[in-house]
Amino acid sequence: MDFDRLFRALADPTRRRMLDELAERDGQTLFELHVRLISWHGASLSRQALSKHLQVLEEAGLLRTEWRWRSKHHFLERSPLRQMWDVWMRPLAEPPEKERADADQDRRDERAGR
Amino acid sequence: MPIKIVVTSVLVDDQEKALRFYRDILGFELKHDIPMGHHRWLTLTSPGDSDGVELLLEPDEHPAAKPWKTALVADGIPATSFGVEDVHAEHARLSALGVAFTQPPVHLGPVTTAVFDDSCGNLIQIAQRH
Repeated sequence: MDFDRLFRALADPTRRRMLDELAERDGQTLFELHVRLISWHGASLSRQALSKHLQVLEEAGLLRTEWRWRSKHHFLERSPLRQMWDVWMRPLAEPPEKERADADQDRRDERAGR
Repeated sequence: MPIKIVVTSVLVDDQEKALRFYRDILGFELKHDIPMGHHRWLTLTSPGDSDGVELLLEPDEHPAAKPWKTALVADGIPATSFGVEDVHAEHARLSALGVAFTQPPVHLGPVTTAVFDDSCGNLIQIAQRH
């Protein structure tokens, strides 16, 4: 899994908002997503800019597209987020009990000058 | 006398099919049906408003029309928008008649909108103001 690509995709507030909007209603067309973002973001976001953001998210594996009849719909892919959490974030955020206990002991020892 | 909007149009792939959709399913009323060469000057009005703005069902014969329509549909962009009193009720009514929606009713600020396929190559938005 390409963490760099994933974090770059997530490092933009508009793209994070797009994921939030898809979490609220999955399977949106470009039009719906654009209307939703404009009502949040103001009129400054062009459809071309939105297309680019969609491409970045798709390349990071965070969304997939599906044609329904003749319209393209966008779906949130949650698995890269779960993988990122399992592989890298959780071990940092929630170290196993023993390691945490050892680290706490080390800090106490340090403070006690041992 | 200011300039007024009298006729607006949608580009349809088949006028007869479009008449059935816009009259029999959406509920508009036929206003003019005048033969014009291969085609017809075919307009409808909102129910109960025969003096109101007319919708022209215009043939999409121009070579640029179809690529343009196809690109709009691909991105989910409606060709035009109509007003309704209750988007949820219309969504239920039209769905029961077999109309396909690309967007179910979504509340966005001052409006609730939904988008459906007119079966003539366009997406159409319906909007309810709050």
